[in-house]
Amino acid sequence: MVFFLIFIAIIVIVVLFFVSIYNSLIGLRNRVKNAWSQIDVQLKRRHDLIPNLLETVKGYMKHEREIMENITKYRSQAMDANTVGDKAAAEGMLSGALGQLRVQVENYPDLKANQNFLALQEELTSTENKISFARQAYNDQVLFFNNKIQMFPSNIVAGMFSFKEEEFFEIEDQTEKAVPKVSFN
Amino acid sequence: MMWELIQANKRKSIFIFIGMGLLLILIGFTFGSFYSPENGGFFGIFLALILWGILSMVSYFAGSKILLAVSGAKEVTQEVHPQLYNVVEEMRIAANLPHQPKIYIIADAAPNAFATGIKPENSAIAVTAGLLGTLNRDELQGVVAHEMSHILNRDILVMTFAGMMLGAITLMAEVFARSLWFGGGSRYKSKSSDRGGQAQLIIMILAIALAILGPIMAQLLYFAISRKREYLADASAVRLTRYPDGLASALEKISGTNLDLKTANKVTAPMYIINPLKKKGMQISNLSSTHPPISERIKILRSMSQGVNYANYQNAFNSVKGKTSGLIPQSGLTDSSVIGLRTSDLSQTSFETDKQVKREVGDLMMKLNDFVFINCTCGVKIKVPPDYKNNSITCPKCGRIHNISK
Repeated sequence: MVFFLIFIAIIVIVVLFFVSIYNSLIGLRNRVKNAWSQIDVQLKRRHDLIPNLLETVKGYMKHEREIMENITKYRSQAMDANTVGDKAAAEGMLSGALGQLRVQVENYPDLKANQNFLALQEELTSTENKISFARQAYNDQVLFFNNKIQMFPSNIVAGMFSFKEEEFFEIEDQTEKAVPKVSFN
Repeated sequence: MMWELIQANKRKSIFIFIGMGLLLILIGFTFGSFYSPENGGFFGIFLALILWGILSMVSYFAGSKILLAVSGAKEVTQEVHPQLYNVVEEMRIAANLPHQPKIYIIADAAPNAFATGIKPENSAIAVTAGLLGTLNRDELQGVVAHEMSHILNRDILVMTFAGMMLGAITLMAEVFARSLWFGGGSRYKSKSSDRGGQAQLIIMILAIALAILGPIMAQLLYFAISRKREYLADASAVRLTRYPDGLASALEKISGTNLDLKTANKVTAPMYIINPLKKKGMQISNLSSTHPPISERIKILRSMSQGVNYANYQNAFNSVKGKTSGLIPQSGLTDSSVIGLRTSDLSQTSFETDKQVKREVGDLMMKLNDFVFINCTCGVKIKVPPDYKNNSITCPKCGRIHNISK
């Protein structure tokens, strides 16, 4: 009788242990999803800002047609991308093209004095920052989630309920380099 | 990772909360026994417990509102300062917090900032108009990240509670000290028994010692914890922004001014990013100063060139301090994620003169005080005070008439 009770107790403890691991895995996966939606919101915001920016810039920068066409092209590519990897690649190219535009702006003093442009520039800078901070937060969450899935004993629960490792949002080195760093000191 | 740091901080919060409560009970007991040796002690404890309860309730439900009101902070919308709003949102995203803190501006020319609240969902960040005028985007980001770290690490909770408790203990000691001057002594003269008199004397000495030492002890505890928190918030801020130089140069600029923040006092001082009471001699003793020396904080930040995770900050801290100390909990140090430094993304560096800074600060303070700004087509900016009665105003330069929409 006593052994039976102990046996029952052990089973209950093990089940509770598994349940708590399962719940923490669900919690972590939701955090990953939430972090991803943060990136998504900001990417959409950038896509919305771009037509405004091009409209403002168009009148001033008549000689930079190529850059502007690239921006439009990469924007629509990024909007059509489905997987995390594709999206990262297209957004990387878009960041590069926007960076080129930013360098060229220096040659147009009238544009730099335009209040509307300055306000847009602040919004764009902020959106780009938000994208990179959201990416950092997302990757932190993914790392934590993937670690949990690989480590004992949570890997057993993860295997039982087929939790899959999440993909990192990496912007490739090549495109990262394409963003020129500007300083005016 | 992050939330192990938060756990460590929550434990400390409970410790300080209980410690302050015990001190309050001890003081209550001693003062009570002093006035009535038979059962005054228990009455004192009873009163102290009630006071503790009321204070905790007030701190929990209205603490941050009281602190914001005392500091003269005003809640603002995005339109008043879009950049500040953007920077706060950037840091919220970096910290992966679901709720945006409320944004307050204090109409004061001294650059400073603080965060308050009980939990991230109802937190607030307050900055002065002077801060917005003096700092560039990267520096502002550093300061906001520091405040966001206070929210993220739940420092705001312990600071709100500890501030309230400290206020109460100081108040009780003051009331007791005053009652001693005004006829408190007459009570124990009436006792004639020799043994009772002796016990009375011991209790009295204890009471006086506590009256003097209690607030000092409470303050030391409060300060020691708040100083460590500043380093920790710097470490987290760097991890969030990935740009230690931003916060470092912000601290340089803030400490470079010698303006005093008029609305700050002894209880609210530890909340600010740097000590707002510079002239009042709080830096005399290292033990009782609320903030670590700014030069040291800047040196640590400037020497972070390897990376921006917690271990990197601890290394920089050790090399600047010349000793190894467990600033960051072990759980934070095992955070192995390698995060590289970011370069400045300032596409436009503003070469602002002192005059421009002063004008910007002045404009912001006017906006806070409900001035209406009208840009005339001739280039003049008309600032209409809130008590201006007419519906239209004439431009002093070109004579155009503008309607005022209120």
